[in-house]
Amino acid sequence: MVRQCEHCGERRQALRRPKTGHKVCRECFFQLLEDEVHETITQNQLFKKGERVAIAASGGKDSTVLAHILSELNTRHDYGLDLFLLSIDEGISGYRDDSLETVKRNEVQYGIPLKVLSYKELYGWTMDEIVKEIGRKNNCTFCGVFRRQALDRGAALMKADKMATGHNADDMAETILLNLLRGDIARLSRCTAIMTGEEGALPRCKPFKYTYEKEIVMYAYFKKLDYFSTECIYSPNAYRGYARDFIKDLEAIRPRAIVDIIKSGEDFRISSTARMPVQGVCSRCGYISSQKLCKACVLLDGLNRGLPRLGISRTRGIKSTKGVADIDEKSTVAEAGGNGFSKKLSLEF
Amino acid sequence: GGLELLFGSVKCHEVELDSNEITVEKLLVWIRENLLKERQEMFLKGKSVRPGVLVLINDYDWELMGHLEAPIKDKDSVVFISTLHGG
Repeated sequence: MVRQCEHCGERRQALRRPKTGHKVCRECFFQLLEDEVHETITQNQLFKKGERVAIAASGGKDSTVLAHILSELNTRHDYGLDLFLLSIDEGISGYRDDSLETVKRNEVQYGIPLKVLSYKELYGWTMDEIVKEIGRKNNCTFCGVFRRQALDRGAALMKADKMATGHNADDMAETILLNLLRGDIARLSRCTAIMTGEEGALPRCKPFKYTYEKEIVMYAYFKKLDYFSTECIYSPNAYRGYARDFIKDLEAIRPRAIVDIIKSGEDFRISSTARMPVQGVCSRCGYISSQKLCKACVLLDGLNRGLPRLGISRTRGIKSTKGVADIDEKSTVAEAGGNGFSKKLSLEF
Repeated sequence: GGLELLFGSVKCHEVELDSNEITVEKLLVWIRENLLKERQEMFLKGKSVRPGVLVLINDYDWELMGHLEAPIKDKDSVVFISTLHGG
């Protein structure tokens, strides 16, 4: 049952591409994938000649393949970009320290200079210390918020004009679903943009927006690219995991579901009566924020004052609906009510 | 690829099965009964692998060979790659 590649008709089929269903050989697969990424980059005008671009690199599959393909295309199509790798050390022992070793090797393998920034130096806390303080729930909230800022700071420090991240089609579909599930209309309206942050903050783009995770992994495998492949030890409780499992089940039945979800997300139109937050700046650190204090400052405040629920439990704000009580609020009130067990009060100023 | 932790942290296993020709489905049953040390749901789902785990037989996508019905012969190498981790 050995068949020839549907693209070149010569070599043997090596894999079935999920997006198109095409059965192609290894060489055609490389070429098709690289050409598609190139098209995404040019059609969406992601880069300008001479730009200094930070590639957000974690040593994982997406960022490693991104570094590889971007440096390849940069040469092949003469983008004229000044590329460098930017890595964030969240301070997760047994996970991040290992994947950073991979990025250090990537630096050598692709000939792209590397800059590493740590949570410890930026915020005074490692993720290990944070998790010890707040427990295993909601730690992804801290990490995600801090990392986003850390990347922006790192890129600015290194005088980058733009940042590229390895977010792939599966990630995009998960995010759209997540925002839908949480009723986060503001994020829903923004999350499908292939380039964000042109107003003010450092612009960041996603060249892999339409690239399937399966293809990234197959590319890395066949090309024998060096990447780190373990799940973060703190992630099993992340809410995104549920969205991911669902998307994976959908993909198994109908692979095009992933790009179709992205298409739906791109074409959503927000009703004019929906209340949307207005973008301003954090009064403390100047980072972009829709509230008086940006999320990172709120979370950091909570940590430093021994109030780990600060920024996690919802009290007032644009999102809250009258009459719908937040579960965390309910439990805090119950604990404070006194039932003979330890009384935990959550005070927010 | 990425799944070692479920198999005693050993990446490569050379195994010998009883019959000469089996399908991936039968291999999975064998793996579940003989190799899978912990957390079966991370690797298997129902009769198949958990969605997000890629299967290659001699470096060829199992989707080209009939998924669970794909035949595995003597001396074949099967690779399981997980896509379920950070990028």
